[in-house]
Amino acid sequence: MLKQYETVFIATPVLSDAQMKEAVAKYTDFIRNNGGEIVYEEDWGLKQLAYPIQHKTSGFYYLIEFKAEPEFVANLEIQYKRDERILRFLTVALDKDAVAYAEHRREMKASGKSTPAPAAEAPKAEDVEDVTEYDVEPVETKED
Amino acid sequence: MAQNDNVRYLNPPTVEVRKKKYCRFKKAGIKYVDYKDPEFLKKFLNEQGKILPRRITGTSLKFQRKVAQAVKRARSLALLPYVTDLLK
Repeated sequence: MLKQYETVFIATPVLSDAQMKEAVAKYTDFIRNNGGEIVYEEDWGLKQLAYPIQHKTSGFYYLIEFKAEPEFVANLEIQYKRDERILRFLTVALDKDAVAYAEHRREMKASGKSTPAPAAEAPKAEDVEDVTEYDVEPVETKED
Repeated sequence: MAQNDNVRYLNPPTVEVRKKKYCRFKKAGIKYVDYKDPEFLKKFLNEQGKILPRRITGTSLKFQRKVAQAVKRARSLALLPYVTDLLK
């Protein structure tokens, strides 16, 4: 039975567009050739890293959602590890709520809104918005 | 003494009306916490990038676990820092 997964990898910023495309094609083909199917792909482009990885401060992010056999994930991660262009990767299995969220997110992207509200269903903007409601700011951590 | 039975305060005694905390996930019907959205996760971090406790954010235990998981994933993807100052 195929399970749904989601993988994000960070490629080095030194790659050219063509090289990046080639790297992406390598992994999408690898998924397809091993009995998986690609559900969705998303290019996040060059992003600033929150902390340096291998002395690099930025990287190309790429997200692939796919369905595959559970045994396949280990093979995919081996491919990542062998690839010098990949700085970091994360593969996550999606449960049913996550799948619903992913679909919702895709629809939001398709309808032109760049950042989807982080609601799985029934996006209520006002609920998500009321950040400042509770008294979060004064966090006095005692150790400093 | 006659004055004692109407006591006056210099400052009016402050009655604290504390707003009840609630779990925003339950309230908004959010079921999945996304690690790909660092801006949203920042609401659960302090300035140093540490995860805020439930007692401050009011998140229910179920979702606190999910938030923690999502924050840790975001950290490993360099979407959020592990340590920092002045995150916000």
